[in-house]
Amino acid sequence: MSTVTTADHHDEHHDHKPTGIKRWLFTTNHKDIGSMYLIFALVMFFIGGAMAMVIRLELFQPGLQFVDPQFFNQMTTVHGLIMVFGAVMPAFTGLANWMIPMMIGAPDMALPRMNNWSFWILPFAFLILLMTLFMPGGGPDFGWTFYAPLSTTYSNDTTALFVFSVHIMGISSIMGAINVIVTIVNMRAPGMTWMKMPLFVWTWLITAFLLIMVMPVLAGVVTMVLTDKYFATSFFDAAGGGDPVLFQHIFWFFGHPEVYIMILPAFGIISAIVPTFARKKLFGYASMVYATASIAILSFLVWAHHMFTTGMPVFALLFFMYTTMLIAVPTGVKVFNWVATMWRGAMTFEVPMMFALAFIVLFTIGGLSGVMLAITPADFQYHDTYFVVAHFHYVLVSGAVFSIVAAVYYWLPKWTGHMYDERLGQMHFWCSLISVNLLFFPMHFVGLAGMPRRIPDYALQFADFNAIISVGGFLFGLSQLIFVWVLIKCARGGEKAEARAWEGAEGLEWEVPSPAPYHTFDTPPEVK
Amino acid sequence: MNAKQTLIGKLSLLVVAMFAFGYALVPLYEVFCDITGINGKTASEPVSAEEAIVDTSREITIEFIARPNQQMPWVFKPEVRRMRVHPGEIHIMNYVAENPTLRSIVGQAVPSVSPGRAALFFHKIECFCFTQQYLAGGNDMLMPLQFYVDPALPAQYSTITLSYTLYDVTDQWQPEAQDNLSELGE
Amino acid sequence: MAKTRGWRWSLPALLLAGPAYASGSNLNMTPGVTDISQQVYDLHMTIFWICCAIGAVVFSAMFVSILLHRKSRGVKPATFHESTKVEIIWTAIPVLILIVMAIPATRVLIAMEDTSDSDVTVLITGSQWRWHYEYLDYDINYFSILATPRGQIEGRLPKGENYLLEVDRPLVIPTDKKVRFLMTSDDVIHSWWVPDFAIKKDTNPGFINEAWTQVNEPGIYRGQCAELCGMDHGFMPIVVIAKEPADFEIWAKAEEERIAEIRAEEQRLLALQMNLDEQMELGERVYLAHCAACHQPNGEGLPPMFPALKGNQVATQDRAEHIRVMVDGRPGTSMASFARQLSLRELTSVITYGRNAWGNDTGDVVQAAEVYEYMQGKGSN
Repeated sequence: MSTVTTADHHDEHHDHKPTGIKRWLFTTNHKDIGSMYLIFALVMFFIGGAMAMVIRLELFQPGLQFVDPQFFNQMTTVHGLIMVFGAVMPAFTGLANWMIPMMIGAPDMALPRMNNWSFWILPFAFLILLMTLFMPGGGPDFGWTFYAPLSTTYSNDTTALFVFSVHIMGISSIMGAINVIVTIVNMRAPGMTWMKMPLFVWTWLITAFLLIMVMPVLAGVVTMVLTDKYFATSFFDAAGGGDPVLFQHIFWFFGHPEVYIMILPAFGIISAIVPTFARKKLFGYASMVYATASIAILSFLVWAHHMFTTGMPVFALLFFMYTTMLIAVPTGVKVFNWVATMWRGAMTFEVPMMFALAFIVLFTIGGLSGVMLAITPADFQYHDTYFVVAHFHYVLVSGAVFSIVAAVYYWLPKWTGHMYDERLGQMHFWCSLISVNLLFFPMHFVGLAGMPRRIPDYALQFADFNAIISVGGFLFGLSQLIFVWVLIKCARGGEKAEARAWEGAEGLEWEVPSPAPYHTFDTPPEVK
Repeated sequence: MNAKQTLIGKLSLLVVAMFAFGYALVPLYEVFCDITGINGKTASEPVSAEEAIVDTSREITIEFIARPNQQMPWVFKPEVRRMRVHPGEIHIMNYVAENPTLRSIVGQAVPSVSPGRAALFFHKIECFCFTQQYLAGGNDMLMPLQFYVDPALPAQYSTITLSYTLYDVTDQWQPEAQDNLSELGE
Repeated sequence: MAKTRGWRWSLPALLLAGPAYASGSNLNMTPGVTDISQQVYDLHMTIFWICCAIGAVVFSAMFVSILLHRKSRGVKPATFHESTKVEIIWTAIPVLILIVMAIPATRVLIAMEDTSDSDVTVLITGSQWRWHYEYLDYDINYFSILATPRGQIEGRLPKGENYLLEVDRPLVIPTDKKVRFLMTSDDVIHSWWVPDFAIKKDTNPGFINEAWTQVNEPGIYRGQCAELCGMDHGFMPIVVIAKEPADFEIWAKAEEERIAEIRAEEQRLLALQMNLDEQMELGERVYLAHCAACHQPNGEGLPPMFPALKGNQVATQDRAEHIRVMVDGRPGTSMASFARQLSLRELTSVITYGRNAWGNDTGDVVQAAEVYEYMQGKGSN
């Protein structure tokens, strides 16, 4: 512990940083922590991606060729958990750590030491989760949604470790969220009023509130699963007076806001990138803020649209159908605002802009299939099929993940001080764009044609499309290797980046030199 | 610095409150279900036999389904499969339970009504499902259910299905509490 | 198959054409064979086209902008960044579109919620990984399990036309009559889905759900379990045969007789001695259909969830325990009670099989009377 304090002292008074492993273990610097989050997320993205490759390999042809059904279920489960909690959420937290203090003119996050903790417990959570795969009985195999009683009475003995690891992930997210809120509320530079904050800061503030509201509910529901399985409670066991459907209500009370946790920061990123490359101010800033807030509030009123087939009475089905459809309105406003921002701008098409444009189109496709899913009678046919899989991958891969990639390209010059290789970046973009559609678009068809999700083998009429989907999957996986190559190349050198790396970029982060010095805004800037 | 700590305090409180709220959803859900009949659960307490006005203008079909859970070795059947009743009439319906094994087994019947909303209008005056049922190996017994259908049942419902799933709860057997209740029952 | 294979080479065309291009083929939702499923299909197509139209408008505005308003054309960026009027318009228009969508959706949903009396009622019970059908109006009940041979799944045999969508005993219902399905589960949550009826309903353990259908055309309709229910979730298909009412009655008669016959046979069986070969043959068939998914065809299981039977202490020594586990199951595990799932003859044979296959050469020949005795509670322990 004494090392921490010395390191702290060291940091506060000099602008050179400690070296070696200790720098990373004990760092309280928002930039170091941000980098660690981002690298961690990338590693997790590849581990989760490798599991997706196993899934796609098995589904390449009908029949069981490579893995047994039990292992297949572990793959779908852990793929989901890793991508949600290990890749997308830490990546956004990493971006928040790097950018929020610089965007609001603060020297660091408000709670730097907690920041260190909230990152460093994360690798352990995933180590535990991944370890279960090698234990007798295998890892969790009940889907990332861990519906009871499949996850209680009928689950394997590593469930306790699964619960433990979800607890750690939750604690990490909550600490991160508290840090973001306290930073934004207390550490804005003079003159940085609420309605002057960049949208990335706004969306993250709202996301952080969502995290604080729902991660404890997730902690509660996994605890109930734990006590139902090991301590003879019967929250979800009908024999003891419980109700398995109750699990789904509590889970989705967490789960639906969780979906927005993974997309609201993306809205902030796109709202930063589009104006930069359109060289025109963001259209409808205020309405963007209100739209984000209303999406967040509505997200607490729609959870049961994940449960239309559980046997709810008509009035409940209608209520959740209407509220869910309502979410399309503020989401639509956002898309329209982005298009209006581009309208009569002077656009250039560097890699961040390309990913942002792809985001807008593909996220909108995912949003429209979301509207279709909201229509209860039709959802009886869509529910738990590949149509749903297509929908949420459009929103999360070509949505959330594309926005993260766009953000990385956008801010990489600020982080490394070098411009990335534009040609390689464009190659990464086009390979990703084509393969992601090859991967997820045909899923709409197989879903509509009747292929259920989470099955290791399928009827013959789905064979051709599944082969195409698998090829798309492998190509998408390979395309991401280009990304790693771009990142390494950019970190090691390249064309020097100016302070304002992009011609049209605005915001405090572009006022500091590139690469951003270890300590920025020790004296707060004046915002006019 | 002070403002910061207050905010951290408030946020931590919110975290704790939301954790508690997660647990509070359990009873809230129960209450919500009792009001709306959302999950088809009937009341777990007997209602007193009211002198309800019998509505002879219509007949409701009550369908009785009884299923031992697959790990419950008892034979468990309703005496009749269907019954036509007028709303407001009080009826008694017997279920036959038989324990074909050699060991004593305790059963708990879990009721469920479909359509779910009809559960609000299905009143039990006495039911074997209110308590755990003990049956020695090789024995059988009749388990009675006394019920009436609320005359306020909306007109669109003409059939009510009452299902009992019987679970083996021998390892959760609470003889003391049961004794009192069975005395009351007799 | 030949028709679908062509798609592989026309992918770009297909991406542009969208699902509607191939309505009725295996690219789109089925219109099904009931009035409700037809309404659901129409609703689906209506929203689909509305969504396409919205997409077309938004994307064309965006692509026009991308083409025209690019720096390389030397344009100067405009400076507007706000317009309350425009904001109100594009909040109001989506609201109107959503109302237009909500009206038919509500109508279909209410049509589905018909609680009038039905002609036939079937209780559907899901369990890992089979369906059980019980006709409340007839003395008929049976299990329905996957009929696709393991050889096809493992690639040792060529896959048949209805690979993974075939069962040993399909559900039979009459056409032109209102059939009501009551649904529940014995273990985890399953979901009974037949796309042609537009029915997908979860089966919740301890609770009862209901759905109904009225099929217009006789035929064979296939579906699958739609809720992840454990290892063999992908291997519990549903097959429904809809017969003309008269044919249905004939079937029901025959089925009642068949079931009565099995019961009578069980009584005869008690006195009968079955020899080892006879039992091993039947036992192997039963084992592969009901047990091999977990305990594996080679008896090695998937420990620790599904223990090996090969060399297993119970299967090689403790004969009474073997019978007990088969009849009662093991509470708290996936091992179900098979007393109601198998006939006495099947149950007896599969026990004998387990005691003699894969080198468990106990030489034990269990007889029906012994199993029956245990089931009647007169067993020795």
